[in-house]
Amino acid sequence: MEQAIAEQLRSGAPPRAGTALSIEQLNAWYGRKQALFDINLTVPPLSVTALIGPSGCGKSTLVRCLNRLHETIPGARVEGRVLANGLDIYGRGIRPMNVRRHIGMVFQQPNPLPTRSIFENVAIGPRLNLGLRGARLRELVERSLRQAALWEEVKDRLHSPAISLSGGQQQRLCIARALALEPEVLLMDEPCSALDPISTLQVEELITYLKRQYTIVVVTHNMQQAARIADRTAFFLHGHLIEEGETQQLFTHPRKKETEDYISGRFG
Amino acid sequence: MIQERANLTKAQQQWLRWQRLLRAQRPGDLFFRGITLLFVLIVLGLVVGTAWILVSNSLPTIRRFGLSFLTNKAFDPVHDTYGVLPAIAGTLITSAFALIFAVPLGLGAAIFLVDFCPRPLRLVLAFLIDLLAAIPSVIYGLWGFLVLAPWLHNYGEPWLQQHLGFLPLFQGQPEGVGYLGAGIVLTMMILPLIISVSREVMLVTPVAQREALLALGATRWEVIRHAVLPFARVGILGGVILALGRALGETMAVTMIIGNQANEPSFSLFTPGYTLASVIANQFGEATPGLFLSAIIEAGLILFIITLMTNILARWLIASLQRQAQGSRGGRP
Repeated sequence: MEQAIAEQLRSGAPPRAGTALSIEQLNAWYGRKQALFDINLTVPPLSVTALIGPSGCGKSTLVRCLNRLHETIPGARVEGRVLANGLDIYGRGIRPMNVRRHIGMVFQQPNPLPTRSIFENVAIGPRLNLGLRGARLRELVERSLRQAALWEEVKDRLHSPAISLSGGQQQRLCIARALALEPEVLLMDEPCSALDPISTLQVEELITYLKRQYTIVVVTHNMQQAARIADRTAFFLHGHLIEEGETQQLFTHPRKKETEDYISGRFG
Repeated sequence: MIQERANLTKAQQQWLRWQRLLRAQRPGDLFFRGITLLFVLIVLGLVVGTAWILVSNSLPTIRRFGLSFLTNKAFDPVHDTYGVLPAIAGTLITSAFALIFAVPLGLGAAIFLVDFCPRPLRLVLAFLIDLLAAIPSVIYGLWGFLVLAPWLHNYGEPWLQQHLGFLPLFQGQPEGVGYLGAGIVLTMMILPLIISVSREVMLVTPVAQREALLALGATRWEVIRHAVLPFARVGILGGVILALGRALGETMAVTMIIGNQANEPSFSLFTPGYTLASVIANQFGEATPGLFLSAIIEAGLILFIITLMTNILARWLIASLQRQAQGSRGGRP
C-alpha cells in the first residue's frame, strides 16, 4: 500500500479541486414505500463521508440516488435536488448515463464481469465512454490497477478471468474499474461487508489514500470502520438523517439521543 | 447375543449405538434413488428402442443400397429404387434458412421485451408470442399453402429475382412452393420459441451485473451487450438448439408448402423440394411392405441421426461456453 502511494506521488497526477455534493430535500420511494425523507446533507470535496445506520435505514438508497442508479429499479422514484459542483444532477436535460460516468460506484458484492479478463474488466469503462484503445488504454488500465493497489498482484495474469481472483481482489478490481473513468466522486456501498479482515484493511487504506483525488461517500454498517476512515459521518434511522458532523465529534459527543443509543450499541 | 451384550461395558454399548446411528441406511433415499433410476431407464429404453426399430426395419434398403441411399436423387417406388439426397438437402437448407432469420429476429424481439418495452405492454406481448407457439403446425401449413405460396409465386419471388437475381439463390422459375416458402414458414414457427427462451434467460441476469455496467455510464444497449448477453448466451444457445430440433423435424407445415418434388439439390431457394420428414409424410400412405416401406423408415433413421448429431454438437458448444464462464453465475468464485 505504501508503495502504491509512493508510485502515485511519483506519477505526478495533478492535484484536483474535487467535487462537492450538496443534497437538498431529497425524498426517495420504492413503489409506494418511502425510503428517504427530506434529506439535507453536504459532502465536502476530497473527503471521505461515511453513512451509517442500521439495516433498512436508507443509507444505501441515498448513495444510489447520488449517481441516479436508484431510478433504474422498477417503480423507484426520487424527488429533490443533488447538486454536484452546483449543478443539479436531477435537473432538466441531465442524462443519467453521463452522471453515472462521472460519479463512480463500488457495490457491496464485488461484481466483476465474469466472462471478461482482469484487463477487460478495468478497460470496459474507458472503452465504452472514452473510446480509448491500444497503448493509451493499457496505460490507463495499469494506472487504475496501481491506484487500487492491485497491480502487483495481477500484472502477470491480466488476461486470466476476473473471477479467478479472491473476493478482496475482486473488490479492488471493481474499485480499479470505477477509477479508470477518473470520476469526480466515488460512491461505495458497503465495500467491505463481503470481505475478510485483511482485505477490509486493504480497502480501507485504499480509501484514505484515494481521498486525495476523489470525493468519497462510503456506506457502512461498521461503526469502527466509519471512525477509522471517515472525515465526516452521517447517521440515518428509518429514512431520516438524524445527525451529521465530523466523525470524531459524532462518535464522542453525539447531539441526538438516537445517535448515542446506536453508537453505544443499544440497538441496531 | 443378549449374554454378550450384557458383558459389554456401558461405554462400549454407547459406542455401538453411536455407530449404528451414523451407519443407518435411510430407506427414503434408497426408495427415491430407485424410482428416479427407473424413470431414467425408461427414457433410455425409449431412445434405444426407437433407434433399434428404425435400424432393424430399414435393414432391407440398407443392405440393398448401402451408402448410395444417401446420394441417390430418385425416390422411385415404380422402379423400386430409392434415395434421399434431395430430402437431406431440403431438410438442411430449410432449417438453416429458418435459423439464419429467426435467431437475430428472435433475439432482437427478446431484448426489446426485456429492456425497452413499456411495462404494461410487456406481459401482453409475451402472452401473444407464447400463443404464436401454440398454433398447430397444420394451420401454419394452410397459411403457407393458401396465402404465402401464391404471394411468393406472383410477387415475392419475381421481385427477388428482379432485384437480387444475380445471386444463385434467386435464380430459376418462381413456383411459390419450395425451399423459400418452407423456410419462411419454419422461421415463423421457431421464432416464438427463440423469443420466449431468450427472454426467460435474459430476465434472470443478476441485477449486480446490470448495475456494474450502469454505474460505468453504459447505455442500455451497452448493458445488454456486456452484461445481459454474456450471462444469457448459454441459455439462448439452448433455445436455438430446441428451435433447430423443431425445424429439422417439422413435418406437416413443411409438407404443405415445400412442393414435394425430388429435384436435384440446387442453390436456388425457388426450387420445390423435399425434406426427410415430408418424404415420410407423403409416401407413408402408399407404402407397400418391402423396399418401399424400408426406404421410408430409413429416411426416418437419417432424420434421427441428424437430430442426434446436432444435439451432440450443441451440448459440446454449451459445455465449452460454460467452461469459459465457470462458476460465473453469482459473480463470485
